[in-house]
Amino acid sequence: MIIKLRNPTREVTVVGPRAAGRILEDLGLAREAHLVIRNGTLVPGDAVLDDADTIEIRPVISGG
Amino acid sequence: MNYSKCRVCKEPAIIDLPRHNANFCAEHFVQLCRRQVEKAIKDHRMLDPKDRILVAVSGGKDSLAVWDLLIELGYQADGLYIGLGIGDYSPTSAGYAQRFADQRGLKLITVDLREDFGYDIPTASRATGRVPCSACGLSKRHLFDSVAMENGYEVVVTGHNLDDEAAVLFGNTLRWDVDYLARQLPVLPATPGFPKKVKPLVRLTERETAAWCVVRGIDYLLDECPMALGNRHLAHKNTLNEVERQSPGAKALFYLNFVEKMAPLLAPHGQEMVDGLGTCDSCGRPTTGTTCAFCRVVATSSAHDPVPVELVLSKKARAAYLSDRQET
Repeated sequence: MIIKLRNPTREVTVVGPRAAGRILEDLGLAREAHLVIRNGTLVPGDAVLDDADTIEIRPVISGG
Repeated sequence: MNYSKCRVCKEPAIIDLPRHNANFCAEHFVQLCRRQVEKAIKDHRMLDPKDRILVAVSGGKDSLAVWDLLIELGYQADGLYIGLGIGDYSPTSAGYAQRFADQRGLKLITVDLREDFGYDIPTASRATGRVPCSACGLSKRHLFDSVAMENGYEVVVTGHNLDDEAAVLFGNTLRWDVDYLARQLPVLPATPGFPKKVKPLVRLTERETAAWCVVRGIDYLLDECPMALGNRHLAHKNTLNEVERQSPGAKALFYLNFVEKMAPLLAPHGQEMVDGLGTCDSCGRPTTGTTCAFCRVVATSSAHDPVPVELVLSKKARAAYLSDRQET
């Protein structure tokens, strides 16, 4: 599956099926600092994501 | 396929919140957020239904979430957007704030530093030698107060969340800066020349405010301010999130127990900062000197040639800023 990341904007490819929380760990991203959005809907860490899904990992930490 | 179930209704969850040791569906997550904000407002006597409220709006998740929550809870709240003149970032953020207001029929007051005061944040940073976030914070605080007082708003609401407050508390504690610690409260009461200032999101993490926006369909600015990249505030947040990973709920205990148990002991220090204010000889606002810090920034910065944002960014921040501009 292709995963869209931000700040900076980039895409990474991950082979599914894989749990959202595991993907965050694999990418070295803190769960407390990110949301996982599948096909426009939030999912929890144990949601299993498939290759056909459109995934966005959205950072939530702001510095202002 | 999702395995987590909502703690309340047992339907599939959309979010896991380790600090509550629970998962929630969209409906009950929204309910949780609403209750946390209602509790903050009630516990700290933040707002009265009759108050004229001015929400400081940046176009980001926190300010739009708090505006949305207050309207949902029945308060009358207008917005204030301040154009900071930070490259493409500022006009883009203005667009998000204005669209949010337009779609809901809300009033948004706009002040633009360049148009109204002859400077912008990159120029102020270069002209005054202040770090960008210092010039920005000083400008915003002055304008929140002055616009509120000039337009008859009793209360200024900001979107500071639990992560913001915990990170500032952490920084102030590392320095044992008791004067700042004494004023780091969810409510600052109105004083002569100043409106009441309140932070209704102090019981919500920024992951929760971002999730609120996603669930509510609020389109907010996702990009980080290019001038904030790598600042100390972000470093403190990352440190606290590592603590939170190992001890879920630690951030909330750190901040909320400070407010309940430590802040009352520090109250006399906060009072010292309020006492002894004079009047700025330029704008007439309260100040400790003869000319207030904002008017000094305006005088120095408006006389300086405009400085593009790229020229005041660190090497790393400039690379990220230019990279994202090419992507879009």
